[in-house]
Amino acid sequence: MSSVAAPRSPAPAAPAAPGAPGAGQGRPRRRAALIPTLALVVGAVYCLVPVAWVAVAASKSGTELFSTFTFLPGSGFADNLEQLNAYRDGVYWKWMGNTALYAGVGAALSTAVSAVSGYALALYRFRGREAVFNTLLAGVLMPPVVLAVPQYLLLAEADLTDSYLSVLLPQLLSPFGVYLARVYATAAVAKDVVEAGRVDGAGEWRIFLRMGVPMMAPGLVTIFLFQFVAIWNNFLLPYIMLSDDEKFPLTLGLYTLLEQGASAPALYTIVIMGALLAVIPLIALFLVVQRFWSLDLLSGAVKS
Amino acid sequence: MPKAKRRRLTAATIAATLGATALAACGSDDDGDAEAGPAELTYWSWAPGMDKVVDIWNKGPGREEQIKVTVKKQAQGDELVTKILTAHKAGKAPDLVQAEYQTVPTLVSNDVLADISGEVGGVQEKFEDTVWQQTTLGTDAVYALPQDVAPLMFYYREDLFEQYDLDVPETWEQFADTARELKQKAPDKDLTTFSATDSGLFAGLAQQAGAEWWTTEGDSWKVGIDAPATHRVADFWGGLVEEDVIDNEPMYTPAWNKALNTGKQIAWVSAVWAPGVLPTVAPDTEGKWAMAPLPQWEAGEQTTGSWGGSSVGVTTDSDHPEAAAKFVTWLNTDPEAVAALAAEGGIYPAATAAQTTGAFDQPPAYFANQADFYDRATEIAKTTAPSAWGPNVNVAYNSFKDAFSAAAKSGDKDEFTAAVRTVQQDTVADLKKQGFEVAP
Repeated sequence: MSSVAAPRSPAPAAPAAPGAPGAGQGRPRRRAALIPTLALVVGAVYCLVPVAWVAVAASKSGTELFSTFTFLPGSGFADNLEQLNAYRDGVYWKWMGNTALYAGVGAALSTAVSAVSGYALALYRFRGREAVFNTLLAGVLMPPVVLAVPQYLLLAEADLTDSYLSVLLPQLLSPFGVYLARVYATAAVAKDVVEAGRVDGAGEWRIFLRMGVPMMAPGLVTIFLFQFVAIWNNFLLPYIMLSDDEKFPLTLGLYTLLEQGASAPALYTIVIMGALLAVIPLIALFLVVQRFWSLDLLSGAVKS
Repeated sequence: MPKAKRRRLTAATIAATLGATALAACGSDDDGDAEAGPAELTYWSWAPGMDKVVDIWNKGPGREEQIKVTVKKQAQGDELVTKILTAHKAGKAPDLVQAEYQTVPTLVSNDVLADISGEVGGVQEKFEDTVWQQTTLGTDAVYALPQDVAPLMFYYREDLFEQYDLDVPETWEQFADTARELKQKAPDKDLTTFSATDSGLFAGLAQQAGAEWWTTEGDSWKVGIDAPATHRVADFWGGLVEEDVIDNEPMYTPAWNKALNTGKQIAWVSAVWAPGVLPTVAPDTEGKWAMAPLPQWEAGEQTTGSWGGSSVGVTTDSDHPEAAAKFVTWLNTDPEAVAALAAEGGIYPAATAAQTTGAFDQPPAYFANQADFYDRATEIAKTTAPSAWGPNVNVAYNSFKDAFSAAAKSGDKDEFTAAVRTVQQDTVADLKKQGFEVAP
């Protein structure tokens, strides 16, 4: 969903503001900044218009949806919300809960796996390290879509399909997450500090948990957010894994509302309302984490 | 002989796609008295309200038989076929699946659907032959039971036809004249549109013209898309687009919804399920539409095609095929079940007796002005031409969308002719790639 980009887009504009060393000639600099600012504004508008559309369309009743002016708010907001709430005894909230579970637990576990692997790949020298890393790099290039069917067949062997685990397990290992964690650990975890820890007699786990993880924290937040958003918006994996609609995430649930067969109309108003509500937790998450996230990425970079 | 043919065709795909798997459940034994239950069955369906219909079974006949059915609601579409095939490869397909008629050959050639002819003796007479044949593929086997049918009809704005003094066309020639007349009287309006994204509609129109897109010849498939019947339909619509007397934009877009709702387009070639779609598409025009039989190629004929419709089959992965067959028979033929399907899911039943039951005494609310809506629908449904589906309808449909989208945009009749050939070539090439024998 494009909305994901929305809260982020103002962020890159921020670093332009602080006066860099030698901000003496203010005038030419300011003029130069006009074009990037304009470009960012265009980008922000581009990302925000669809969100605005969803927000406006969610307020329209079925009769208004395709007949009134696109950005004219309608009168059906409460009705749509009520219908969504009533649809099959509130199954939508079940889907919302499922998505939160898949994205929250999945992203947390995946971040943990990435942290351990990235730390190990960055700090330890062992035989086959580059081979492992290169394999992971290849994994970054491999679209997860390609893997969904083989993963299904694999999990079917273990009799795990159509369960919560079937969606969580395949997302545990994120090649991109491991890659990011390694790059970040290489830059942010000071080898001297780790050495000092060893000299003081701390075990490797203790060093990792007490020193490695805090130093990697900003990077780990990034990984968590990326994974969270990826799982929140994931469609194909749960589509193939799940057949019980009580276990569906939002993406899949809303899809079944659209594709009900020819005899039943697509429930546009409910789906649009559902999409709007589905975006809100993501925006909230970004707003909460954003400051901490971008600031610390910066401070991490300064430290190294 | 037909049995041998089927097996050869089936075996060919299995060899091609799976490389293994024996032909299971081919000759099921004929012990109709055997205990079917107790059994727990899962059923993939996209029909809205299906869980409520199944509740009736679970509380009534199902309880007596100790057969409990659980509905797992799915999204309808080509992707569902892929999902079923994937699940079947893992041996985890549900006991029962809803399948559109055109996907039945695909499911059969992948050995997903079990032959339930031994369990459903005597139900054939409850359906029209042209419908029944789609679930048997012309063999002695029965791979699914028909659930709903979707004969094509002509929907038009009664009030606007009157306003512009237009006659309801009975032949396609009159249809073209009507389009021209309207364009003359109201240049900003169109009779309808040619939608390049609705392969199913075009297939139905070709079916009416007598096209048989897939047939078998000995052990091989014969693809008849590039044939006079299809060209007749393509030339007709291509001609109207070239003349610019109809629109060339796809259906089911916000723009199309608006065109129907505001009366910019005043007719729609659609199927019996249109009353379920129009309330969302054109909510402001309730009560202003009327339905008539599809225009004919020759005056005096009575033939129509279909656009959609589905059946329910038992899979080869099911541990309880007898129980599943019992449930399907109830679901698609029992008067109470079919009435519930009509009420909860808005379907138009395939079982002929059900089409005239109480559920269809009244016209659909949107067509309250046409009291005999369902009487006429029943008459029209009887005239449905036989359809001929093959194992790669999805490929042909996708090719159609690509080729005809370009043709519709070009507005050149010759492009429509070329597009038919493209679809034929793509379909044949894919069949060969899948390992089927294709007759020249």
